[in-house]
Amino acid sequence: MLEEHLKKKLQSIVGEENYQDSKTSLLSYSYDATPGFQSLPDAVISPRNKHEVADIVKLCNQHNIPIVPRGSGTNLSAGTTPLYGGIVLLMKHFNKILEIDEENLTVRTQPGVITQTIIEAVEEKGFFYPPDPSSMKISQIGGNINENSGGLRGLKYGVTRDYVMGLEVVLPNGEIIKTGGKLAKDVAGYDLTRLFVGSEGTLGIVTEATLKLIPKPETKKTMLVLYQNLDAAAKSVSAIIANRIIPATLEFLDQPTLKAVEDFAQIGLPTDVKAVLIIEQDGPIEIVEQDMDRIAKICKENQAIEVTLAKSSEDAEALTTARRAALSALARLRPTTILEDATVPRSEIAKMVSAIEEIARRNQVTICTFGHAGDGNLHPTCLTDIRDKQEMERVEKAFEEIFHKAIELGGTITGEHGVGAMKLPYLHLKVGEAGIDLMRNIKLAFDPNSIMNPGKVFTDINRKRVVVQK
Amino acid sequence: MKTAERERIAQGFKEKMDYDQILNCMRCGFCLPSCPTYIESGMDESQSPRGRIAMMKAVVDGEMEPDEDVKRSLDLCLGCRACEPVCPSGVKYGHLLEQARDIINQNKKQSLPEKAVRGIVFNNLFPHQNRMVAATNLLGFYQRSGLQKVARKSGIMNFFPESLSTMEKVLPSVPTKKELKNRPNHLPALKRQKKKVAFFSGCLMDTMFMKTNDATMKLLQYAGCEIVIPDTQNCCGALHGHSGEREKSKEMAKRNIQAFEDVGADYIITNAGGCGAFLVDYDYLLKDDINWSERAKEFSAKIKDITSILVELDFANENLTLDEQIVTYQDSCHLKNGQKTFMEPRKLLQSINGVTYIEMKDASRCCGSAGIYNIVESEMSMEILDYKMDQAKKTRAKTIVTANPGCLLQMKLGIEREGLSGTMRAVHIVDFLLEAYEKDHR
Repeated sequence: MLEEHLKKKLQSIVGEENYQDSKTSLLSYSYDATPGFQSLPDAVISPRNKHEVADIVKLCNQHNIPIVPRGSGTNLSAGTTPLYGGIVLLMKHFNKILEIDEENLTVRTQPGVITQTIIEAVEEKGFFYPPDPSSMKISQIGGNINENSGGLRGLKYGVTRDYVMGLEVVLPNGEIIKTGGKLAKDVAGYDLTRLFVGSEGTLGIVTEATLKLIPKPETKKTMLVLYQNLDAAAKSVSAIIANRIIPATLEFLDQPTLKAVEDFAQIGLPTDVKAVLIIEQDGPIEIVEQDMDRIAKICKENQAIEVTLAKSSEDAEALTTARRAALSALARLRPTTILEDATVPRSEIAKMVSAIEEIARRNQVTICTFGHAGDGNLHPTCLTDIRDKQEMERVEKAFEEIFHKAIELGGTITGEHGVGAMKLPYLHLKVGEAGIDLMRNIKLAFDPNSIMNPGKVFTDINRKRVVVQK
Repeated sequence: MKTAERERIAQGFKEKMDYDQILNCMRCGFCLPSCPTYIESGMDESQSPRGRIAMMKAVVDGEMEPDEDVKRSLDLCLGCRACEPVCPSGVKYGHLLEQARDIINQNKKQSLPEKAVRGIVFNNLFPHQNRMVAATNLLGFYQRSGLQKVARKSGIMNFFPESLSTMEKVLPSVPTKKELKNRPNHLPALKRQKKKVAFFSGCLMDTMFMKTNDATMKLLQYAGCEIVIPDTQNCCGALHGHSGEREKSKEMAKRNIQAFEDVGADYIITNAGGCGAFLVDYDYLLKDDINWSERAKEFSAKIKDITSILVELDFANENLTLDEQIVTYQDSCHLKNGQKTFMEPRKLLQSINGVTYIEMKDASRCCGSAGIYNIVESEMSMEILDYKMDQAKKTRAKTIVTANPGCLLQMKLGIEREGLSGTMRAVHIVDFLLEAYEKDHR
């Protein structure tokens, strides 16, 4: 609990109704979607505007109280778990889309808006906001920005980073700055916008964002391709890209994942094949049809046993929705589901898939694989039981090997979930010690007292709980 | 709550909660947008399924005491189970909620009046159909003797909470003593017989909503069903199960299984989503009872909602006609989430000539009725109802159709509260279908 005088001050900033510290509230904000991480905050605060955010930050900075900004808590790297206690900052009052600018093709929004709400609002006006993380019906756009979320359409359209044009951010010293704007070109100084995107809440608090929109593609087609051989599916992926076709979506699911997903969704997915690809292309109808024909041909040349085109947009939607449920559906099979998102260059996808199989076998763990194969971003998911210490050690070892393999193939330890607390022991593999040093210095320049989401990204900013006691 | 109570509850959680089921929740949050209380509370995680399961886990793990706030959060849950069909991990939230409520209820000291009311309702009233009849007779006396008029005029109803006094207005005119006495126990098919079914008449449905039961049986007869109505059946026990009276609900389940097992019916038909979902779950309720688990399984496998059998028997292709009108449908949570029946009612409604069916937004979101929730958690229930009525109004429907008595009363309440009783009505789907059938077959 916070000391009484601090609690009073915070309550006077946000109002008593926006300050929660009952046991149930603290518990409810002690976790996110990452297994194995949980830690109670000392208070849960919902500011109503940026000035209240600034006042809160100033007070926390003065008294060394950690702040963890949190959206809907769906992240997968323990990014919003308050490991050092402090304040969980909810953005529920920042829930408005402020403007859809049809002339500049931008949407200006507050961070607490649900991603899907933004997507629907702009599509109603004929625009398109492509980043579509699997949790988009739940996640808040502020969380997407802080985590630089990816999604199914990342292959063709890129990720959240590619659509954030400007931000309003409250810095750890309480200053409010604006970065970027509705500008197609802007080289005035460092690109702070990009720095904040994916900073996992360690540099400041986003209170507003300007996002890029593009025209909504005319049409979209969806295809399901079946394989009796994992390797053939992976090779098809590389072959499609090598033939200079970039589908909007190119998703991969192995057999165990398929079974779990079908068990949940019951849409008639085949469960007797070793792997499937879900492929989408969008754009002008002639080009889409031509691409889909070529893709079908390439897949067949690569041992696909069946290629079917979704008959209606409802069927297509059912396929992608089922794919988005893959991770949670796998949780049916064992008590604990641990997911990684090691990513390799697209050309290396087949090598990575077979390496994962081999690593799972060697460590005697069950790993199911699905993911955004088209952009090299796989989601090897380990089915285990957190209560079984020995097995958990083997799981850890398997993941370590997967990370090393990904790096060896020119890849990264995390493609879209972020480092958070979960992957922090492995960050050095990707960026090196000098890279970590540089990042840490940047962090300290923004946040010398390390109040912003401590315990994430970096291992060794050791803090002591000064004001906050358990 | 006293320390001793909290300790007893915590111990109960440790011993009785299904921990594997709790662990099955991997906290992805896919349930959040489906939860009415999460939405109405302004996205408060402690009012979400994920939050509630996290609390249950923390109590079992000994990380948290089951204090008033925990109980409050569980009390505020509607039990609508909208989180279940959207849960990719397949967490049986309804079961966890029932377990938790049962443990709290069995170990919490109740105030004297609460104890008295619960005793009367759960032990002395609902399990005994003759007493339900007597209570309904009392209500009939109230409605017909002029007492109702006096009560309304005197302003005495103003002393009750708003929802309760409005509720009093929307209660159906109940049948007379004579009507309640002569219930059939066997009816022939009125067409070439296709199926033999047993009818689960229910406690409230066979008293306060007797006319709807009569309509259900007529529809079944028209659809080609021979019907048996065992008179040894009793209340399904859902009210008990959902309110932390699990043992009592087991007793009632056993009596029902016994009543139905030798009648040789293809299906057991229900017309109340709330009852149906509980009946279909008897196999879970009695899974640890070796003498009953198999019998319960057989019973559960036969449960079918009236709309489902009507669709199966091709009733949608009968001549069904009504005056030109816009119609919308409010899902019964337990019919949809518990029995997976939601396409059938829509199909039947769309097959009526003259009916323009318009789906309201979030038709499957709970209306806030939820058993006795609208009385005990009036404030949240009315917020949820307000949202529901906004959506219903947007369809410009003349008729809101429902498939469960609780939802029906709540919709009537909503119409009354909105001052729309002149232009909008709420009906049970079987009454509506019978109207449509008889109009063309007179």
